[in-house]
Amino acid sequence: MITTEQVAHLANLARIALTPAEIDKLTGELGTIVDSIAKVSEVAGPDVPATSHPIRLVNVSRPDVPGATLSTEEALAGAPEHDGARFKVSAILGEEQ
Amino acid sequence: MTFTRMTASELGEKLAAKEISSVEVTKAHLDRIEAVDGDIHAFLHVSASALSTAADVDSRRLAGEAMGPLAGVPIAIKDVLCTHDMPSTAGSRMLEGWTPPYDATVVRKLREAHLVPLGKTNMDEFAMGSSTEHSAFGPTHNPWDLERIPGGSGGGSAAAVAAFEAPLALGSDTGGSIRQPAAVTGSVGVKPTYGGVSRYGAIALASSLDQVGPVTRTVLDAALLHDVIGGHDPRDSTSLRDEWPVFADAARAGRDGRSLKGTRIGVVKELNGEGFQAGVRSRFAEALDIMSAAGAEIVEVSAPNFEYAIAAYYLILPAEASSNLAKFDSVRFGLRVNPAGGGTVEDVMAATREAGFGDEVKRRIILGTYALSAGYYDAYYGSAQKVRTLIQRDFDAAFEKVDVLVSPSAPTTAFKLGEKLDDPLAMYLNDITTIPANLAGVPGMGLPMGLAPEDGLPTGMQIMAPARADARLYSVGGALEALLEDSWGHTMISQAPALEPTEMFAARGGEV
Amino acid sequence: MAKPELMDYDKAIELFEPVLGFEVHVELNTRSKMFSDAPNPAHPDFHVAEANTQITPVDLGLPGSLPVVNEEAIKYSISLGLALGCSIAPSSRFARKNYFYPDLAKNYQISQFDEPIAFDGNVEVELADGRTFQIPIERAHMEEDAGKLTHVGGATGRIQGAEYSLVDYNRAGVPLVEIVTNIIYGAEGDAPELAKAYVSAIRDIVVSLGISEARMERGNLRCDANISLSPRGSGKLGTRTETKNVNSLRSVERAIRYEIQRQAAILAGGGTIIQETRHWHEDTGRTSAGRPKSDADDYRYFPEPDLLPVEPSTQLIEELRAALPEPPAVRHRRLKESWGFTDLEFQDVVNSGLLVEVEATVTAGASAQQARKWWTGEIARLANAAGEDAATLVSPQQVANLVALIDDGTLTDRLARQVLEGVIAGEGTPAEVVESRGLAVVSDDTALIAAIDDALASQPDVLAKIRDGKVQAAGAVIGAVMKAMRGQADAARVRELVLERANA
Ligand SMILES: [Mg+2]
Ligand SMILES: [Zn+2]
Repeated sequence: MITTEQVAHLANLARIALTPAEIDKLTGELGTIVDSIAKVSEVAGPDVPATSHPIRLVNVSRPDVPGATLSTEEALAGAPEHDGARFKVSAILGEEQ
Repeated sequence: MTFTRMTASELGEKLAAKEISSVEVTKAHLDRIEAVDGDIHAFLHVSASALSTAADVDSRRLAGEAMGPLAGVPIAIKDVLCTHDMPSTAGSRMLEGWTPPYDATVVRKLREAHLVPLGKTNMDEFAMGSSTEHSAFGPTHNPWDLERIPGGSGGGSAAAVAAFEAPLALGSDTGGSIRQPAAVTGSVGVKPTYGGVSRYGAIALASSLDQVGPVTRTVLDAALLHDVIGGHDPRDSTSLRDEWPVFADAARAGRDGRSLKGTRIGVVKELNGEGFQAGVRSRFAEALDIMSAAGAEIVEVSAPNFEYAIAAYYLILPAEASSNLAKFDSVRFGLRVNPAGGGTVEDVMAATREAGFGDEVKRRIILGTYALSAGYYDAYYGSAQKVRTLIQRDFDAAFEKVDVLVSPSAPTTAFKLGEKLDDPLAMYLNDITTIPANLAGVPGMGLPMGLAPEDGLPTGMQIMAPARADARLYSVGGALEALLEDSWGHTMISQAPALEPTEMFAARGGEV
Repeated sequence: MAKPELMDYDKAIELFEPVLGFEVHVELNTRSKMFSDAPNPAHPDFHVAEANTQITPVDLGLPGSLPVVNEEAIKYSISLGLALGCSIAPSSRFARKNYFYPDLAKNYQISQFDEPIAFDGNVEVELADGRTFQIPIERAHMEEDAGKLTHVGGATGRIQGAEYSLVDYNRAGVPLVEIVTNIIYGAEGDAPELAKAYVSAIRDIVVSLGISEARMERGNLRCDANISLSPRGSGKLGTRTETKNVNSLRSVERAIRYEIQRQAAILAGGGTIIQETRHWHEDTGRTSAGRPKSDADDYRYFPEPDLLPVEPSTQLIEELRAALPEPPAVRHRRLKESWGFTDLEFQDVVNSGLLVEVEATVTAGASAQQARKWWTGEIARLANAAGEDAATLVSPQQVANLVALIDDGTLTDRLARQVLEGVIAGEGTPAEVVESRGLAVVSDDTALIAAIDDALASQPDVLAKIRDGKVQAAGAVIGAVMKAMRGQADAARVRELVLERANA
């Protein structure tokens, strides 16, 4: 059973300021969806390996050679706010991880 | 015949022979867009430089520059792909007006092959949806019936080619977003083998499922476009280093031979049962008969784990999407919404994401966050990745017995706009036929299979091949397309309604 | 901030057993970044740059961009893993660590989680008295650095009270290896010294491998120190704190000592330790409370779908193993012998954490004794006064140049100390400082003779005594001459000339 508290916690993790009405609606929808997809846990036994890439490749890398960089104009062009060189954000509440 | 009714391969040949110019062809398509896109709304943005690009191609050709078979042919580009000269919004408010400082690799390849970008096509927001109703900029309408959905998420690209606004388009397919729209609009679409086409510059939905592919009106055109966009890209770690055959050769050989002698065709038992519309099933049966008559050996195969594909998909996709979409935080690009009374950057991010994402996107982000969160990971995400292994094993076992697998591309014809909007689960079930190929990374093609007798709307055939055997899609698809057209006496798309010019919306419809 | 109670250190150790753990982040000095081909600011060629100029769409996390692993960073990580005595995983993979923070462009960090590239190692460290201690290494994994935030307004550059912040993503994507120890028991009262010795050992290793600039003050090497106190006889682990922002070897030692005293005072007073990050403040010598850690930290790790497993061949691993520099203990023995140092002299160098500098100075041409003398003497003294690590003040090449100037008679030790000050003040190379400050020994006899004749003429009584054979009397004249020459004369030569002129 998914609760509204859980959905509110998930919304916080996902940084979405859901309204109480949205949380209520999502709680119901998620419950239905999760009920219908929970069966995945019953199919595969412990001997079945997980597949995270459909086509398995290994050791894909690139040579250590610097290439072209964005110009300052290109980098900042889409920014909602900047000081001409750096991106500007409101005061930060939390600390770095 | 007017330019807009010609296939890309025909246009390419006439352009190469200098019988026609790219400027004429491009102009004809821009005129068509102007005439009908007010009703269709396939485009979110129409390029202001298409004609000058076309003129440049023409002058290069006159100067004797060697060019590929699609040089000078116009193309529509799904808005999920980054274009340095056009906004790239992925159908989201979040990216309204954002022009990336770079081109997606596939877009760069189009330009290098001298195709002419016409504009950007509409889609479900961040490719989440099966109807294009989840676009932040309004839905696209199906050219066969304006009251109906064009499929999704790439409804814009499919509608653009089906409405003769473009001979070619690019799409992206995470769980069927190329093949399902193809089915309901009577067009052709291919999801290549995972890694066959670069994902660099394709705004990611689910990284392990996404593939960019061609959206066209014929199998040959899809092959020609696949030849342009395919191949290794060092900027995409998951890109395959394979040497690919020329897919156009495979398509031509299939079409010219009109023979399926000795081809073993597997009918997936699990993808043709209950819940499939009668007209879809009858057209599918007819197509099987035609293939059988052409020498194919039709075999029923079972893929027992396909039953779990949708469940696995709706865990893997939201999980990866919840992480991929975290970058939309109002710091470096895109929308910023400041909460009333100000707030910390955390508040600004949360307010922006609340205002910038639509309901379906929020639903999937929350679902994905749940699937990955501590305590649920093993049961949900971990199990889903195991189901993926089982589905791959089903494919492996099936391809031991047959050369290709077939099923209807979609369980029904196009449903009405709004019909499933309030029932996300019903919407998700729409992708039942297409999802297994994404989970396993194998290539799949959707092509027209005839109109359903009960509603006169298009149905689609899906062909799936083993990973890296994309050429089989084109040889079998090319043959089936020719055989069906022989039996009908015309192409299916030629039966689409003419679409009257809509005077009210004539001005460069739907630019954002 | 009220000044917290601290327990006397010896008393704290009597009552509690300190339990340690370290996470050290090493910035690799590859030419390009971990997952993009932007120039890497942790490489010396790319140190200085305007904000947001060392970035590509990948580093900005632009929609559609994708990471590709730097093959050199993989090799560096394997070499480091081997040097830490780790096993190299036959298959390791990247994972996404999901959390929102403005310096993290994608709002997830590409790191390694359940399958790190190196695991189960061991590092031997040496304490000042020559005892050795084994530090167990749990893992070393590859990841990417975040961008840099500047907090504007409010209290001086602190995050609290700032009006807004500015983000520079040049550092985003710099290749990191994070080295995580197992829980370390048995350090006892040596805990602070052991901490310093451990970080110093890691620094020696990465420097000898040549894979990092390893400058703590620049953030090339960063240490998060976990510490908890277990009441003696309780058999129970205490609650730990994680101290960050420890950006010198010296502060590693001080921060651990401080935390032991602080935690002991709280526990002895019946209080409880809060599991939290703490920030070290070099100026006040204290730590302050930071972000509380909780189980609610849910990073939602999952395998990075945009990257593929790393499966180094046995051949590659063995090639890298063969190319490893000698282990520190062997190296110490070799250096001590070749430099001809006594046990005490060598231990002095090791304890001051200046082995790398002394070795580099010798390589640059100085004699081992001179290199030792300058680094552990005057430079260490100045560093201590400035509260910085000696290595940050001058380069080994500059010290070698200084020694060369002494050796060729251009400078006396006294003058050399002044030149050193000039070099540290950024006035240029030793030769340039000699030139600009006019500090060279006066080697022109004409100038000396003139000064001597002056001095003798103004002290006729002294002159008489010298002529009488009372050579000690020359001291007064020598002193006057040295004063007149503002110290820039060789006293022995002056003495020679005084006797010569007096008896002429
Ligand atoms: Mg840490
Ligand atoms: Zn780390």
